Amino acid sequence: MSDVVEKTLTALPGLFESQTGAAKITNRLRQLIKSITELTSKHEEENLIKRELSAIKEQVSSPNTTMKQMREIMVRAMYCEMLGYDASFTYIHAIKLAQQGGVLEKRVGYLAVSLFLNEGHELLLLLVNTVLKDLQSTNLIEVCMALTVVAQVFPKDMIPAVLPLVEDKLSHPKEIIRRKAVLALYKFYLIAPNQVQHIHAKFCKALSDKDPGVMASSLHIYLQLIRESPDSYKDLTGSFVTILKQVLGGKLPVDFNYHSVPAPWLQIQLLRILSLLGKEDQSTSELMYEVLDESLRRAEMNHNITYAILYECVKAVYTIHPKAELLEKAARCIGNFVLSPKINLKYLGLKALTYVVQHDAKLALQHQMTIIECLDHSDFTIKRETLELLFRITNAQNVTVIVEKMLDFLRSCNDEHTIIHLIGKVAELAEKFAPDNSWFIQTMNDVFSIGGDLLQQDVPNNFLRLLAEGSESKEEDDQLRLYAVESYLTVLKGHTSHLPQCFLQVMSWVLGEYAHLQESVDRREVIRLLTQLLDQRSVSSETRVWILSALTKIPEGQTDLILDLAESLSSSQDTVLRQQAQELRHLSQDSQLREWVLPRGAPWDGIEVDSSLSFLDGFVSEALAAGAAPYKPPHQRQEELCEDRALNLEPYSFSLPVSLSSCSITDRQSPTLLSVSSGLSGNSAELSQKAGSSTLILEGVKRVWGKDGYLPQKEATAPPVDEPSAAVQPASQQEAAERIEPRPEPSTQNQDKQQLASSLFVGLGVGSSVSLLGKSEAPPPRFRKKPRPHESSSSSGTSKRSSDSSSHSSRNTTDSFLYGSFPEEEPATSISTFDHTPKSTTANGLSQNKDTKEDRHANTSQILGGDMVIVRPSTIQDKHPPSVSSDLTALLPADLKDLPHSDVISLTSDPSLSLSSCRLFRDEALLLVIFISNCTETVIKDVAVQLTCEELKTASLRGNVMDCLEARSTSVCHYALLMDDPHTNVSLTGTVSYQTQPGHTNTLPFSGTLSTADFIRPLVVTTEEYGKLWLSLSHDVKQNLKLLTDAGDPLRTTLNALKDALQLHVVDIIGSEGIVACRLLSGAPCLLHCRVNGAALAMWLRSPHPALPDFILYHCQRALAHH
Amino acid sequence: MQFMLLFSRQGKLRLQKWYVPLSDKEKKKITRELVQTVLARKPKMCSFLEWRDLKIVYKRYASLYFCCAIEDQDNELITLEIIHRYVELLDKYFGSVCELDIIFNFEKAYFILDEFLLGGEAQETSKKNVLKAIEQADLLQEDAKEAETPRSVLEEIGLT
Repeated sequence: MSDVVEKTLTALPGLFESQTGAAKITNRLRQLIKSITELTSKHEEENLIKRELSAIKEQVSSPNTTMKQMREIMVRAMYCEMLGYDASFTYIHAIKLAQQGGVLEKRVGYLAVSLFLNEGHELLLLLVNTVLKDLQSTNLIEVCMALTVVAQVFPKDMIPAVLPLVEDKLSHPKEIIRRKAVLALYKFYLIAPNQVQHIHAKFCKALSDKDPGVMASSLHIYLQLIRESPDSYKDLTGSFVTILKQVLGGKLPVDFNYHSVPAPWLQIQLLRILSLLGKEDQSTSELMYEVLDESLRRAEMNHNITYAILYECVKAVYTIHPKAELLEKAARCIGNFVLSPKINLKYLGLKALTYVVQHDAKLALQHQMTIIECLDHSDFTIKRETLELLFRITNAQNVTVIVEKMLDFLRSCNDEHTIIHLIGKVAELAEKFAPDNSWFIQTMNDVFSIGGDLLQQDVPNNFLRLLAEGSESKEEDDQLRLYAVESYLTVLKGHTSHLPQCFLQVMSWVLGEYAHLQESVDRREVIRLLTQLLDQRSVSSETRVWILSALTKIPEGQTDLILDLAESLSSSQDTVLRQQAQELRHLSQDSQLREWVLPRGAPWDGIEVDSSLSFLDGFVSEALAAGAAPYKPPHQRQEELCEDRALNLEPYSFSLPVSLSSCSITDRQSPTLLSVSSGLSGNSAELSQKAGSSTLILEGVKRVWGKDGYLPQKEATAPPVDEPSAAVQPASQQEAAERIEPRPEPSTQNQDKQQLASSLFVGLGVGSSVSLLGKSEAPPPRFRKKPRPHESSSSSGTSKRSSDSSSHSSRNTTDSFLYGSFPEEEPATSISTFDHTPKSTTANGLSQNKDTKEDRHANTSQILGGDMVIVRPSTIQDKHPPSVSSDLTALLPADLKDLPHSDVISLTSDPSLSLSSCRLFRDEALLLVIFISNCTETVIKDVAVQLTCEELKTASLRGNVMDCLEARSTSVCHYALLMDDPHTNVSLTGTVSYQTQPGHTNTLPFSGTLSTADFIRPLVVTTEEYGKLWLSLSHDVKQNLKLLTDAGDPLRTTLNALKDALQLHVVDIIGSEGIVACRLLSGAPCLLHCRVNGAALAMWLRSPHPALPDFILYHCQRALAHH
Repeated sequence: MQFMLLFSRQGKLRLQKWYVPLSDKEKKKITRELVQTVLARKPKMCSFLEWRDLKIVYKRYASLYFCCAIEDQDNELITLEIIHRYVELLDKYFGSVCELDIIFNFEKAYFILDEFLLGGEAQETSKKNVLKAIEQADLLQEDAKEAETPRSVLEEIGLT
């Protein structure tokens, strides 16, 4: 073991004596640690710990063990866990210790819990009561401990239980408790944002707390909030600026200083917040120029901490709306970083440059010599960051040098993550800026051989797509293809055993498709090379399939070779290969069939495929009639095979091998067809993550939805590749030379570097810099893809669009809906209902209380927000309004009568008017209908309704202003409400103003709440569409819910209950799993996958919207709890 | 911050604090990989390291390595100073801290860390306030000790 420890161990007794009492090391722990240090082998250590653990086990289960002993045992258990041994049997005792022990034991118990248990650990539930008790304790230390543990690990679903107590602590007299409470709420916000939405006002109070510690803690929450929606917090800019000014001015207590810099952590937090607020917002940015300037000025001392602040400052200056003077200062700062001899600062300088060159390329030019030095730096970290910087400044002129540098680095690198990350960038640069075909193919060869099978799936996919789709000019395309063929033939003639599978697949596909372009090469040679690969043991069976497909495509005339091959493979053990060999033989013998199946040079998008396989219907019905078992899809079969298996991770992915072998021979020609028939249409990047396999997926080849989306028009109109004007080059070189000139006597080595500099930094010249930068204004890629109008009609294209562009479409419908579909000119409906209104209002439990506004508020929100009172229609298709609703619904305009709606509930009333409301569920909005009834015998004039709601978009559709309301009559006005972002509950406030006598205006305020559930609409999709959509969604939440077991089929009952309560669409129920879909109005979809798991319903939700699953889950829980 | 690890030059883990939920297996794997990577670095190299999709910030104090994982947009330098502030706190508490103090009093080291960082964010940056909080809790511990002593004496002589 450690000799250092050993040496010091001899001095141990003295050490302990000197720390009298304070070092209360328990004897056992001391012994344990001591004996471990004396051991010589890992094996001995294992034995010792094993003995120790069994001793602990005995002690914890003995009833005679006191709490005090238990504390000591727990410390030992923690030590064993730290050494990497499993002491999970002590977890429950840690909880017990926190629960039953005195303060002393509690402290250790809580520590053990926070070290042992994860957020999701089930034992944590047992801790909730202890925490509740301690939060209410009069002992401050206990409260502190409880808050500390809450802020570290707490079960998400139990947050509501402790939330009120934690909230109370925000106004505790002790600052340490306020501070911890703020951080506990921050933690809650991170794991369940919707739960703490209602306490935003209290965060504001924490921000203005007189204790700097509490205020600083609240900034964590604000940083998070502002990161998510900067627009909602612009009004706080002034406060943040003031705080920062005070900090800079040294107004905080001295003990917040760190190396005589005032509260650096606070400063950095504030600078981050300010940069988020000022981003793309000139007026907000103007508020902070002064304080940023001061920050830059104050941070002068030569210490890490000032550099940390400076770095954040520089980032802020470059993020917000630019101001020349500040930019200049920031640029100087970056210079100091980059030129610093301290390596940490150099690194940060490079990082800052990487960030900044996107805005100002000239800066890179200024530091070119340093950058070149860093490129050859011995430290891996520095090198890598330099390459990152170079990646940002790449343009058509320097691409060859930069790519070469990157490839050099990659060849000597053995870190998987770095390779994957950088090789993707190389491929991106190659595609974007390739100067010529040969360079492009050569570089891609390097990419494939270096990246190997680690490569992200989309790299080979994009490459093949590029070759296959080509550009406008057929001639150019063929040249590129030809070059690829030549290059691959050369590669295959060399040693092939070390080549990665993915490279072999790419090569065989290209040779199969385009070998015919190369007239001079003997077909036999191509066949021979490919066949050779089949004989290699290192070639995977998937690659063999690719090779055979290629061989199938190589044209006629070589029947003898092909037949030999087919013969030798027909006895293969691999059934897929055997099948392919059969196909190969048939096709090579029947040239007519081949011509039909594999038409040469057929347009890519012209081939249609019957993905429903309807041509087999006759065959299927015949087979069924003959007594065959009906077909079950694979996932169903699997389901039946293993009913009790754990949650299937990818229940809706239809695995490729099935579609590959089951699709008809016609599909071989084009990978697209596979993509249609297999029904996968996710973004290729997402797919590759999900699939997690490193093999090439066929159908990705022709996917048109790349990283940047598919933009046919833009690409069609894009100008041809800009060859940057030659004038730029000399200019930049001259500038480079000027920079270098002052350096004394350049050695030969230096000259090399200068040469490198001039090749690296071409195109970054002064005037032309910005437009030449790849990042700032993406220039048209060299290889442009053909626009393909057919795509919109293909099934994969449309389904993709419907899932991914939902956020855009919601916006569009919003506008068109709000301003288009409802004609404004319709008059307000005013119908006399003489004895009717009073009766209906009393029937609805109208509150006659006119005392105070608050009272009314409470009443109405209880009625409206309670949600339970309202009977909701079971589905939106249900055309019959429920009969329980009041007769007021008869007053609804004809065009709205058929919509499903809620009960009519009264909002408020005064002696003259009574207000009731009803919610109507339209697909794209919630309509709020307000009935205004005149309860008097006189005419009421100038009635105007105003409705406000911060969270929702509201639009008055009609009837909110009336000249007069006849006696005993009711008028109807309605609003369309749209919800873009989900909120748990939304409160509405409004007023009705009216005149009973001329010149005497009365106002009647009203308020109410709406829940997210009002904005949920069913999403009608088929199981296949659901499967595709599921894979394309990223945010997911899982939770177990209550299963309603009172009826025969618990799953069906539960889902129906949810459907009724929330207007969900039950897509399918298969065995013990059910899939359900809904969406937020016509916006973001949310998919629910439910599975019966014992007595619970395991629910898995996915949505493109990060918060939506949380809200839907919340409402599902409520719906089931109240069932 | 995602997690903090303290380990010795021999690669022995001395303290681990995880602010993101990970499985034990994952934690062990990360620890093993990181300890290896960091120990392999030369003293003159920079204190930052790109590792998977995280940034590792580490610093060596005598025989002990302090190592934090942060996200890419975080500030590496301030993280370095967080480490330093933690060392200052340990130093003040133990009185010129050495590796042994941390080995034998690792629970104390955790208590101090919990007062300084909570849930991965800086909770209190004032050295005075952190130490005050710890002292108060310790003081209580002393009280409890004293209150307990008579009872255990009674127990010993069989009077209960």
